[in-house]
Amino acid sequence: MEQILLYLSANMEMIYFLLLAILLGVEVISNVPAILHTPLMSGANAIHGVVVVGAIIVMLHASPDNYAALSIGFLAVVMGMLNVVGGFVVTDRMLEMFKKKPKKS
Amino acid sequence: MMSLPILEITYLVASLTFVIGLKMLSHPDSARRGNLIAAAGMLLAILATLFLYQSYDPNKLFNYGLILLGLALGTLIGTVMAKRVQMTAMPQMVSFFNGMGGACAALIAIIEYQQHPIATAGFDGALLVMLLGLVIGSVSFSGSMIAYGKLEGKIKDKTLPFNQAGNMMLLLVIVGLIIYQLFGTAYPVLFYGLFVIALVYGVLFVMPIGGADMPVVISLLNSFTGMAAAFGGFLYGNKAMLTGGILVGSAGTILTILMCKAMNRSLTNVLLGAFGSAGGGGGKAAEGDQTVREISIPDMAVLLSYSQNIVIVPGYGLAVAQAQHICHQLEKLLEEKGVEVNYAIHPVAGRMPGHMNVLLAEADVPYERMQEMDDINPRLANTDVVVVIGANDVVNPAAKNDSTSPIYGMPILEVDKAKTVVILKRGMAAGYAGIENELFFYPKTRMLFGDAKDSLQKLASEVKMV
Repeated sequence: MEQILLYLSANMEMIYFLLLAILLGVEVISNVPAILHTPLMSGANAIHGVVVVGAIIVMLHASPDNYAALSIGFLAVVMGMLNVVGGFVVTDRMLEMFKKKPKKS
Repeated sequence: MMSLPILEITYLVASLTFVIGLKMLSHPDSARRGNLIAAAGMLLAILATLFLYQSYDPNKLFNYGLILLGLALGTLIGTVMAKRVQMTAMPQMVSFFNGMGGACAALIAIIEYQQHPIATAGFDGALLVMLLGLVIGSVSFSGSMIAYGKLEGKIKDKTLPFNQAGNMMLLLVIVGLIIYQLFGTAYPVLFYGLFVIALVYGVLFVMPIGGADMPVVISLLNSFTGMAAAFGGFLYGNKAMLTGGILVGSAGTILTILMCKAMNRSLTNVLLGAFGSAGGGGGKAAEGDQTVREISIPDMAVLLSYSQNIVIVPGYGLAVAQAQHICHQLEKLLEEKGVEVNYAIHPVAGRMPGHMNVLLAEADVPYERMQEMDDINPRLANTDVVVVIGANDVVNPAAKNDSTSPIYGMPILEVDKAKTVVILKRGMAAGYAGIENELFFYPKTRMLFGDAKDSLQKLASEVKMV
């Protein structure tokens, strides 16, 4: 028990951050017109691609002769980047079609 | 060395762009810029990690070549896939990319675990974060892949015997394994066992969930991946990862709840797969003495041309037939004849919320023509003709009338109130949720069988001649 409390207090700053970010996410999202649900989901999907940063960090630390870590890490970098790039491009394609409205009217 | 503060500031800026981008994504006018801003922040975070990270760590860092290769490969494949995908296949594409993110988080946890000294005794916070990242990332990966396969039509809905009980047991095993490793001994075999079980759980979790509920599942898995990314951020004390992950985690959860509300069901109800199992009774009504009334294309062209106002209800069938452009053409032809045409968009029509809006926007249908369910429902009674194109469950009156129906209580477009309803459909098969639709047998209902694109094309040329 004591160790759990110690871990919590050692990471208190991060825990504050976590809680505030959760509330922020809820605030930012409420009140979205149904039209934008798909692009929003897709955009959010691209944003969690930030996990690729973690994959890069892992790779930076892996020693060049640790082939297991290298191959898993490489896969993680590729997949994370797929998430980022694919996510943003797909979202942009969806929103591109919404853009035509002001031009028409 | 100045690069450490610069790295920290870059992460701060990236975090801000995620928040602002997400905010802007929720307004039609700013949505596209919001996406680009978030993308710019992401680029910044990635570049900063590549070039400034050494300041964190006095040790030598490695593998720049491999990392760059991986980034380039991911960029290339991602761009090609995202550019080539058809508008109709968007939902499964999002699901696929989501799965990639989940896999990435799980793989990070695996490598970190391999380099993590096994704690002798007691609570190990870093291990907890790794285990959670591993489990959530894996569930998100395998679940998203199944959702992808289902939407592509490669995997059929399947309820295994004792699926729910089995899922519950797996979940208990997962929780048990996490607790055991935290407070007992963290054997590597348990860690990898957990990985495999989480993958299996993801498959079994999505497998029985019926088609109409797919949007909810994708949204939920999206927030899972967000959480998994956040655990990664926690592990490294990386605030960009933490903000990005948590934002998506909570935003995705809210979006999921919004979708459940649109169907008037609870999340547990959706996840337990009530649709898939309870729809078994469907299909028998069609064999009864009820008859459907077909309408010919020339008759329908006349009907539409001499109406005052028409409401079009698009569904997944429109997306599958790629009929959105011809549908817009027909709408313009009718407008020229002085007919008022509107589109009624059910929040869960198609395979994702907003799916129909995206599809119609692609065909240049103006915003003002797309009406949301609550706005259009009171006006349906004064509508001359409702044209339902490839939608079924969202107009099924059983949701209001039949308390035994699995979709009972779901808000629907009350098209049965209109003077005439014409339903464009391939055949008499039940909808994706597998439920019979009594609307087809109403005296005021006419059926036009065939491929939506084909029918609409013939209809358009017929309307021209009226």
